[in-house]
Amino acid sequence: MMIPHSNPPHHFFSNHEKKTSFLRLWSNQLLTTLCVLFSFFTLVPLFSLLYLLIHKGLPLLHFSVFTKLPPPPGLHGGGFGNAIIGTITMVGIATLLSAPIGILGAIYISEYAPHSSLTATVRFIAKLLTGIPSIICGAFAFALVVLHTGQFSALAGGAALSILMLPTILLTSEQALMGVPSSYRDASYGLGATPFQTIWRIVLPEALPAMMMGMMLAVARAAGETAPVLFTALFSQQWASSIMEPTASLSVLIYNFSALPYHYQVQMAWTASLVLVAMVTGTNILAQLLFRRKFQ
Amino acid sequence: MNPTSINSTELLPSSSKVTPSGVTNETFIKVINFDFFYGKKQTLFNINFAIPSKHVTSFIGPSGSGKSTLLRNFNRMNELLPGVRHEGDITIEGRSIFDASIEIIALRRRIGMVFQKSNPFPRSIYENVVFPLRIMGCHKRAHLNETVERSLRSVALWDEVKDRLGENALGLSGGQMQRLCIARAIAGQPDILLMDEPCSALDPIATAKIEELIVELKKEFTIIIVTHSMQQASRVSDLTAFFNFGKLIEFDHTNRIFTAPIEKQTEDYITGRFG
Repeated sequence: MMIPHSNPPHHFFSNHEKKTSFLRLWSNQLLTTLCVLFSFFTLVPLFSLLYLLIHKGLPLLHFSVFTKLPPPPGLHGGGFGNAIIGTITMVGIATLLSAPIGILGAIYISEYAPHSSLTATVRFIAKLLTGIPSIICGAFAFALVVLHTGQFSALAGGAALSILMLPTILLTSEQALMGVPSSYRDASYGLGATPFQTIWRIVLPEALPAMMMGMMLAVARAAGETAPVLFTALFSQQWASSIMEPTASLSVLIYNFSALPYHYQVQMAWTASLVLVAMVTGTNILAQLLFRRKFQ
Repeated sequence: MNPTSINSTELLPSSSKVTPSGVTNETFIKVINFDFFYGKKQTLFNINFAIPSKHVTSFIGPSGSGKSTLLRNFNRMNELLPGVRHEGDITIEGRSIFDASIEIIALRRRIGMVFQKSNPFPRSIYENVVFPLRIMGCHKRAHLNETVERSLRSVALWDEVKDRLGENALGLSGGQMQRLCIARAIAGQPDILLMDEPCSALDPIATAKIEELIVELKKEFTIIIVTHSMQQASRVSDLTAFFNFGKLIEFDHTNRIFTAPIEKQTEDYITGRFG
């Protein structure tokens, strides 16, 4: 039996095919090259920043910068030990204030009442809060804490930073909890576990690494913020003796010193920047090491 | 628990659709005029039947026929979803599972459940099996060890894993993981075992092992299994219920359902004319 030809016979690789495939291959090659090129470009600001920090900050980096007080304008020597302590104190206060609220809030909206109208409201407000300029958080804490206590303080600085951290912690914790497969919850509830047992024994341990990453992001951002602290903790040339007095911070020190007309102080601002970046990166790496999953 | 109180012939219409004749065991689970709704959508319509203890009952029917929904009502897992409600009743040993005096947690501890996709916790094999004991507050080493060995032996997994109980359960093969989930489900010594398409993600060899297991486990447990495989239903179950469009069409001895179904719909389904 003859099979009728519907198409004129042609070679498997016709000239026309060659031409279009060349075009397609070429444009594909072009796009790939562009993507690789631009991903290198994203590394440029990062590495030039690091280079600049190390290049300009390293010369003054001695052990004494961690132990001494800032030099008065125009004078040499000294360090910024009080600013390091101040930053750690304020970020610590901010974490203590925002982490419990953020994490418990995330557990509520993700585990207990994912479909309630309160949940929708909380989620919406948290998303709005992430976009609020940090200086507004400073002004708010100024009105709330500084005006009431009658002085600038580390507590007020911590309160300002906590407002900044809260939405980040809440939203990243919620994402972390939602990332836990629902089959784990099914298994746990199916075996007769209570919601608390399911959350505490199954969901939280699974979500913890991602939650900690979110917390570190919030901490890193808070540690570098100047505006909220400027309004609330001000600055101090002295060691702080309590959280109820004006307190130095690395970010405000960098802000102050970089504006001074003295070369030495500007150099010290670079060194402080290097220390700040190292602290944030160090905490990040530490958190990753501590909270890395035991399995997988 | 001792299923003595209610006899299958009491309180029930004597149609074969409700209680297959010749079932001598006492009624264990009874579904009475049961309707179920997801929001406004009704998914189960006036279900009535009685399941005897220490038998394997399989639920068959096309996707969306309501068989899994009904299964998830026995341990009230459906209540984890928003906007669900039911009418009618389900009783176990004559007591309503929806009664206010029944603690949902206690109910689920009496009913083991195995899911379609095996879902071991990302923990050690040991911790997976003892989870039901841990949540009941039992941390006695000797008792935990004994439970692990007994449960894993029941699912024929003990010899395969006894030397690596501390390893992560996610490192097991698909069939082993599902058997581990069965071991976990029976570790708390429930009376009933619900299985929601337990073999749908497994290869034929792993499936055969689970099926052997089901036949073995019915000596101890009342088993209800939802399955899409009619061969599986005929191989493992004593009784078969056929569902379609949220209604119980026919409920009878498995061999009768597969050889001489009364309803036309059942016959069409099992001969592959639809579904």
